[in-house]
Amino acid sequence: MNRNPLWKYVIIAAVIIPGFLYALPNLYGEDPGVHVAGVGSFTTDEDTLRQIERALAEQNTAPIRTTLDATGIQMRFADTETQLKAKDVVQAELGDDYTVALSLLPSTPNWLADLGGAPMYLGLDLRGGVHFLMEVDVEGAIKAAEERYVADLRSILRESKVRYLTIRRSAQGGIEIKFRDELQRDQGREEILDELSQLKLVDDEREGKPFIVASLREEAVEEIKSFALQQNMTSLRNRVDELGVAEPVVQQQGDRRIVVQLPGVQDTAKAKEILGRTATLEIKLVDEEHDLESAIRGSVPAGSRLYRHRNGSQILLKKPLIYSGHNIVDAAAGRDQLSGTAVVHITLDSRGAEINQRVTGENVGRRMAVVFVEERSETKLDEAGRPVVNDQGEVVKTRKRIEEVITAPVIREQLGKRFQIEGLDSSEEAQDLALLLRAGALATPIDIIEERTIGPSLGRDNINQGFRSVLIGFSLVLIFMLIYYRLFGVVACTALVLNLVLIVSVLSLLQATLTLPGVAGIVLTVGMAVDANVLIFERIREEIRNGNTPQASIHVGYDKAFGTILDANFTTLIAAIVLFSIGSGPVKGFAVTLSIGILTSMFTAIFGTRALINLMYGGRRVRKLAI
Amino acid sequence: MELIGKDTNIDFIGKRKLALIVSFTLIVIGILSLFVRGLNFGIEFTGGTLVEVAYDQPVQIAEVRAQLADAGQNDAVVQYFGTTRDVSIRLPAADESSTAQISTETLQALRAPFKEVLAEKTDGGEQQCMRDGQGPVACKVQMRRIEFIGPQFGEELAENGGLAMLAALFLIMLYVAFRFEWKFSIGSVAALGHDVLIAIGIFSIFQLEFTQPVLAALLAVIGYSLNDTIVVFDRIRENFRKMRKGAPVEIMNQSINQTLRRTVLTSVTTLLVLFALFFLGGEVIRGFAVALIIGVIIGTYSSIFVASPIVLMLGLSREDMLLVKKEGADQEQILP
Repeated sequence: MNRNPLWKYVIIAAVIIPGFLYALPNLYGEDPGVHVAGVGSFTTDEDTLRQIERALAEQNTAPIRTTLDATGIQMRFADTETQLKAKDVVQAELGDDYTVALSLLPSTPNWLADLGGAPMYLGLDLRGGVHFLMEVDVEGAIKAAEERYVADLRSILRESKVRYLTIRRSAQGGIEIKFRDELQRDQGREEILDELSQLKLVDDEREGKPFIVASLREEAVEEIKSFALQQNMTSLRNRVDELGVAEPVVQQQGDRRIVVQLPGVQDTAKAKEILGRTATLEIKLVDEEHDLESAIRGSVPAGSRLYRHRNGSQILLKKPLIYSGHNIVDAAAGRDQLSGTAVVHITLDSRGAEINQRVTGENVGRRMAVVFVEERSETKLDEAGRPVVNDQGEVVKTRKRIEEVITAPVIREQLGKRFQIEGLDSSEEAQDLALLLRAGALATPIDIIEERTIGPSLGRDNINQGFRSVLIGFSLVLIFMLIYYRLFGVVACTALVLNLVLIVSVLSLLQATLTLPGVAGIVLTVGMAVDANVLIFERIREEIRNGNTPQASIHVGYDKAFGTILDANFTTLIAAIVLFSIGSGPVKGFAVTLSIGILTSMFTAIFGTRALINLMYGGRRVRKLAI
Repeated sequence: MELIGKDTNIDFIGKRKLALIVSFTLIVIGILSLFVRGLNFGIEFTGGTLVEVAYDQPVQIAEVRAQLADAGQNDAVVQYFGTTRDVSIRLPAADESSTAQISTETLQALRAPFKEVLAEKTDGGEQQCMRDGQGPVACKVQMRRIEFIGPQFGEELAENGGLAMLAALFLIMLYVAFRFEWKFSIGSVAALGHDVLIAIGIFSIFQLEFTQPVLAALLAVIGYSLNDTIVVFDRIRENFRKMRKGAPVEIMNQSINQTLRRTVLTSVTTLLVLFALFFLGGEVIRGFAVALIIGVIIGTYSSIFVASPIVLMLGLSREDMLLVKKEGADQEQILP
C-alpha cells in the first residue's frame, strides 16, 4: 500500500529538475555592462560589434563577454571602472547615431543562457527607475479632425458651386452645414459623399432652413484614435532612445494609453522634458541649381541651407517653407497597386492640398524634402560632462533645434490631396518612413496621468527588505511545521522549499515582472501553501484517532483532503485572476505571484509530499507514524 | 504536538445569536464611521502628488514646510516617516490641471537651500548632485519615491477597485453554487462581504491609509477567508452524507470542530509570515500587511461563526446534500 508507480516519480523529477535549473540563474550576480542600440535607421550588426571591439581593445578596456541580439549589443566588464571608461570609448567611436547606456547585466553562465535561463525580471520598484502612464488626448484629436473637415467641406462646396449659408463645427461635436434651399442641399450631399466617404450625413431642418449634420463614421473615429496613439508611440520611442536607457519599455495599454518605463533613470525632470517634447515636419524644395560639394566646403548659396539626411549624407534645401506637418492628415505604408512595390500613402488637409497642387505643378522633375524638426532644451555641460550652474544655483539650459531630412523624393507629376512616395526598398522602410511622418505630423497632445518614480536607494532597500521578509517568514513557518508535525513536518518543509524554487523558476521562465507587492504575494503563498499539508496531516491524525492503521490513514487522509484542497485553491485562484484582469500596476504584480504560487503549491504539497511519504512508509509494515 | 485538545466539542452554532450581534455591531460601527469619517484614501484614489525624500541629517518639518511655501506649494502635507531624516510630502490634486510637473518643482524647492542640482547619473547607489557648481557629490536630499496620479485617473482606479471586488464576489458565488449548493453559495459570500465590510470599517475608524496595495490585500482576504469557509463546508457536506442521524445543527457543530485545528493552524502560519512582512517589509508593504492581518483574523472568525449559521438559517436540509453526491464520486478517480 502507498506505493507510487514509477511514472509518478518520473513526472515529479520532470518538474523538479527543470525547476532547479531555471531558478539557478538567480544565484549568479550581475556584471557591470554597457548596452548599445541604434537610433532611428541605424542598427547594430556584426560590423558594429567588430568596430566596437577593435576600439575597446585599443584602449585596454576589452569586455569579458559580448552578445548581439535584436535589442542591440550587450557587453560585460570585469569592474565598474572599466565599464565607465568603455562607455566613453564606445560613445566616441560610434557618435550620436547610437545610444550607449550603462546597465547591469545578469552574469548567467553561457550554458544556462543557451538553455533560455535568465534571472527574474525585477520591476522598477525593486531596481529604481521611472514609470509613466501617458494618456493621448483622443477627444482633442477628433475635434481637430472635425475642424479640418470644416475647411475641406468649404472648399468642396465652393469648387462644385453649391450655395451654402454657413458651415461650422458644433460644440457638442459634428459639423452643421446650412443651405439656402433643399435643391442646394441635395446637390451638396452628393458632392460631399463623393469626396469624403468618412463622413456620415443626416438631414435636418431648423428655422425653416435645410441643414446637413455631418459626423465622423465609427470607423473614421477608430482610425483617428489608433493614428493618434501610433503617432505618439513612435515619437515616444524615438525620444526614449535618446535618453540612453538600457531596456526601456514603451507599450500600449488600452486604446488611449501608453506605458513608458525607464529603468535606472533618476532625473525625472529631464525624462519628462524629453518625453513632453513636440516634433513637427517641414516640407521644402531641394536646391538642385547649386553644387552640393561646394556648399559642403563652405559656400552655401543665399536662400539655401545645408541639412543632414537621416542616411548620414548632406543635402542642400531651399529655405522657404512649403507646408508643414500640421497639414498632413495621414501617412500609411502600403503597396503600389500597379507595380506592387512598397510605398507610403500621404493625405493632406485642404490647405496643404492647395499648396501642394501649386508647388508640385511648378516643380515637376525636381525633388521635395521632408524635414523632421524637434525643439530640445538640454542641460548645458562643461568639458567634464557636469551640468553648468549659474549664480542662482540653477542649471543652465540651452535650446537646441534638431533638424533632419527624412526623405527627399522626386516630384513626378502635379500632386494634390493624396499622393504617394515610391522607390522604397522594402515594406520595412515604408513602415519606418510612415511612422516618422506621422510622428512629426499633427501632434496629438499627450499627458502624464500617472508617475511612479523609485529612487535608487529605495529600490535597493526594497530588494533587501523583500528578501529578508521572505526569508524570515519562510523560516518561521518551517520551524513551526517541524515542531508541530515532526517527520511529516520535514516532508512539508521539503515541499515548501521546493515550492519556493518552482515559483522562482516559473517567474524566471516567464520573465514576468517581479515587484514588491509580488514579493508579498510570494510570502503570502508560503503561508498559505502549508494549508494543503495541514489539511492532509490533520486528516491523517484524525484517521489514526479513529483507529485506522497507519497505512490506511495516510491513504484516506490524502484521498479525503484532495477535493477540499482543490476547491479551496480554486476559489483563491478566482480572486487572483480577477485582481490580475482589473487591477493596475502594483496590484497586477501581486496577482501574478499569487496565481503562480497557488498552482505550484498544489503540485508540491499534494504530489510532492505524497511521493516522499510513500518512499518513507510505503509497502512495509508501519506501527506508528511520526506525525 | 497539538495546539488544541484532541476532541473539541464546542457549540459554535449555538452561539450564533451572540456571533450575529457581534458581527452586526461591528459592521454598523464600520458603516457609520464610513459615513462620518470616510476612508483615508491614498493619492492613488484621490489624485495628487507624493514625494518622499531622505536627508543626510535630521530636518525640521516646519523648515521643509516653509521651503515649500516659498515655492508656492502652500497646501503640502509634510510628515516624517520612519526617522527624522525621512520626510514625505503630499500635495492634493488642486484641480483638473494639476500635472506631473509639480513633483519636479517640489524637489527643486527642497534642493534650493543646499544650492544643489541633480547631476548625470554616475553611481547606481546614490543620487549625485552638483553643489555650488562643485561635484558631483552625493546629494543631501535623496529622492526616494515620487508618485503622481492624475485626478481623473484616480477616480478610475477607485471605480475599478470596487468593480474588482464585486466581480470577485460574484464569480466565487457562481463557483460555490456549482460545486456545492446555492445556500452554501449565499453563506460564503455573506461571510466574505462581512469580512470586507469590517476590514474597511477598521480602516475608516483608525483612519489608516487606504491604498492600492490595501485594496489588493482585501481581495486576497476574500480568497483566503473563502478558503477557510470552503474547508468547513466540505466537511459539512461529507458529514451529511456519512451520518444518517443527527440534526443539521449537530452535524455543523461537529464539522466545525473537526476542522477547527486546521483552521487555527493555517491562520497561525499565515499570520507568522504576515507579521514578518509587517515588521520587515518596509513602508510600502506595511499597509498591505495590516489589511491582510485584519482580514485573516476576521476571515477565520467568519468561517466559524458566520458562514455556517447563515447556511443553517437558509434552511439547509439533508436533501440538499444528496444532489451533490455524484461529484464526490467522480472525485475519487482523480486522486493521486
